[in-house]
This record gives sequence, C-alpha cells and structure tokens, in this order.
Amino acid sequence: MREIDSKMVTETISTLLQDGCYHLSDDVIAALRQAYEREESPAARNVLAKLLENAEAATRDEIPLCQDTGMAVVFLELGQDVHMIGGDLYEAVHEGTRRAYARGYLRKSVVDKPFSARTNTRDNTPAVIHTTIVPGEKLKITALSKGFGSENMSRLAMLTPAGGRQGVIDFVVKCVDEAGANPCPPIIVGVGIGGTAEKCMLLAKQSLLRQVGEPHADSEVAELESEILKRVNDLGIGAMGYGGRITALAVHVEVFPTHIAALPVAVNLQCHSVRHREATL
Amino acid sequence: MKTVSMIPRSVKLPLSDDVVETLHAGDELLLTGVMYVGRDAAHKRMIETLEAGEMLPVDLKGQTIYFMGPTPARPGKIIGSAGPTSSYRMDFYSPRLMAEGLKGMIGKGMRSREVKEAMNRYKAVYLGAIGGAGALISRCIQKVEVVAYDDLGAEALRRIVVQDFPVTVVNDIYGGDIYEQGRAQFRIAAPHPAAVQ
Ligand code: SF4
Repeated sequence: MREIDSKMVTETISTLLQDGCYHLSDDVIAALRQAYEREESPAARNVLAKLLENAEAATRDEIPLCQDTGMAVVFLELGQDVHMIGGDLYEAVHEGTRRAYARGYLRKSVVDKPFSARTNTRDNTPAVIHTTIVPGEKLKITALSKGFGSENMSRLAMLTPAGGRQGVIDFVVKCVDEAGANPCPPIIVGVGIGGTAEKCMLLAKQSLLRQVGEPHADSEVAELESEILKRVNDLGIGAMGYGGRITALAVHVEVFPTHIAALPVAVNLQCHSVRHREATL
Repeated sequence: MKTVSMIPRSVKLPLSDDVVETLHAGDELLLTGVMYVGRDAAHKRMIETLEAGEMLPVDLKGQTIYFMGPTPARPGKIIGSAGPTSSYRMDFYSPRLMAEGLKGMIGKGMRSREVKEAMNRYKAVYLGAIGGAGALISRCIQKVEVVAYDDLGAEALRRIVVQDFPVTVVNDIYGGDIYEQGRAQFRIAAPHPAAVQ
C-alpha cells in the first residue's frame, strides 16, 4: 500500500489545466502543420497558418490559446493499493480546478442551476470527474479543458443492430456535416460504439485523450477510423467552415461490448484547441 | 508560414452602407476602429431595454458587435484571450439590433435564415473571426472599456478599439454565404450506398 497526499492532486491538476490552456501540444501542432501542407483551399490555409501563429502567440504572450477555457473534465485512474490521505480526493480535484482558473487567468464559464438562474460559480467548479479503480499503487490523472463550441455538437444514436458498420459511418458523418463551422474545424471526431447510452458517450470522450491521429490498436477499428476520416474530409467544410479538404485532423473510435438489441453510437467533437494533459503520481 | 494568396482589404469602422455594399462572402478583411463586444447576457439586456421602450445605452447606427467573452486580463494587460464565440446563440436577438442600425456582427459558425434575411433587409454583414485564435486576436485590441451592464462582469457590454483585426465575410447582403459556397466547392459526393452494391 502507498499513501498519496490529496494536496499533490490539487497542485497537479492546477498545473495540468493551465499548461493545456497555454501550450498547444506537439501532436496537435504537427497535425495542423500537416493539414496546412495538404490543404488546397487558400481560405482554409490562411486559417491553419493563423492557428499555428496563435499557438506561438499564446506561449509568448502568456495568453490562453482560446478564450473558452472550457469546463474541466478530470479522469482519475486510482490504483486499488493507494491510500489517499490529506482530505477528500474529489474536493482536491475541485480545488485544483479552482486554483488553475484563478492563477492562470482562465475564464470562469461554469454556471449553476442550468435550466433556471444560471449563476456563475465564479471559480469554474465543479469539475466533471470520472474515476476508475485499477490494479497497482499509482494515481493517473488526466485533465481536460473542454470548450463548448464543440461539446454542444455532441450526439448519441441508439441504432438498431441491422444498421451495422455502414449505419455507424453514416451517423458520424451526418453529425459532422450538420455541425458544419460551429465546432471550430479542423476538429477531432471522438466516437464511442457500444455499451449503454452513458457508457457510449464516455467512450467517445475518452477517445479524444489519445494522441491526435494515433490509430486504434485493433486493426478493424483503425480501418473504421480511416474510412470515417475520409468521408468526413470529403464533406468539404474545411478549416473554420470556409471550405477545404481538411475538416477533421483525426477520427478516434473506442468500442465496448453492447446488448444484443442495440448498437449505440456517440459522437463527441473536439475543436483544434485540444487541451488535455496527464500525470501519474 | 505566410503563403496566403488573397490580399486582405483594410476596412475602417464604423461601417457605412456604401462600404457594406462592396463586401462579398469570402472577402478577407482587416478591421480597424471601434466596435462593441457582447455575448448572450448583454444581448438579452439590450432587447429587454428596447422592449421596455427605453433607449439603448449606446447608439448602434453603423456599429459592429463582436460576439466574444474574453479571459481575464493579466496585470498590465488590457484583455486576455479574445476569440469569437458561436454566433447562433445571438440569432434570436440580432434582427432587432439590425433594425436599430447595427451594420456588422463578428462571430463564428452558422446563422439562422431569419438573421440572413434581416441582413439583406437592413444591409448588414456577418463576419467570421477565427475561433480558437484568441491569443492572436488579443494582439489586435488596443483599448477596452466597459460601456454598460457592469453587473454582468465578463459579459458586460464593452467598447474596444482594434487595429487590423482579421475577419472573413461569411454572409453578405446579397445572400452570399461562404459556409455554403466553400462547402459546395470542396465537397466530394459520396457514392450512394445503393450504387455500390
Ligand atoms: S470550439 Fe474550441 S476553439 Fe472554438 S471557441 Fe470553443 S473552445 Fe475555442
């Protein structure tokens, strides 16, 4: 058994969230560069060039990449042989979020009473927390600042099994087509297939945590990813929706067994402002 | 990385009808001058003011509104990250403000049919700023002041002065729409599933 102080969790989350909001990670920069090289549309190339300049400006001027610094989504993979000390683990996560948004001059965008008063909580808490218990004595933390221009374009379909592979592809492509310019393309398309309704959406979200364009380990799933990517890029939406060859930088699919009566498909879009970081304590 | 083939055109704010008439979907512009900044809450307030039969806190004739809610400014800076927010949330309010003389809107993403019709009727344009380029856009902003609805905090109505703020004309007064035109130009039609069998 190993003890981990929840104060470490607070500090780690504060650092991870701030880092994500100020520095575009290398995989995203590489994907944007590649998109710039391949793009034929002058308007879209102009956007891609500006996004790369923006990443430099954010780091140099100490200004967040995007003004929507999102809602914090935190994934905890807690080793079952860890003993947390120093207070409530989830409170430590919220405190880390609070600290990141205050110290990092990030925008506080979370409101309470969502269908009525919509009062700003003023510190961007609560974070959305997903915990899994795993073997071992470590705690892996992944912190994501999720912007809502793209989050608002999420969709879930409970397809019939008869829909099959083609049904999945058509649904995902339709989602991206309808979202158009709204989720700030170029995007990463997160797809969950299987499970129950809520599990399916979580799979889609988790797929976004992969390095951009890293294919799924299972070749059947990886083939599906590249087929959807081609279809999505054939839509012609392009960077910022101005028309172009690159609408998505990548399609990531995660799968899970499901019920004999179902074929759930979830789509969770990630804009080019990809902001997730991980650390292991 | 500067191999842009189009040369953006410099445009001064506020906008006159004469200038608006020369703008076409797809044009790249560099805006210089004064504009207002407001998002959902400020729009809601403005409409409530008008519905109560009162005057707006600012005269919108010829003006441009930028749909944006910045990150907090660091000490010594006037503003934080300052990119556009999704415009569709303002669709409900925009036609009424165009009736008050609003000539330009800056945001990102698609507008409703009602808004496009109002742009045609009132001779106003919708301009797209680059979503997610808030750090870069921040450099174009030279002055910021809150002009109304102080209590809304980050969502208060602000007046800003910009220099060479890069935007693209999304919707012009002639029905042009770069989202539709761009997509039509680059779309590769998928083979119909029935045809593949
Ligand atoms: S969708 Fe992403 S890039 Fe666009 S404004 Fe929102 S957070 Fe920023």
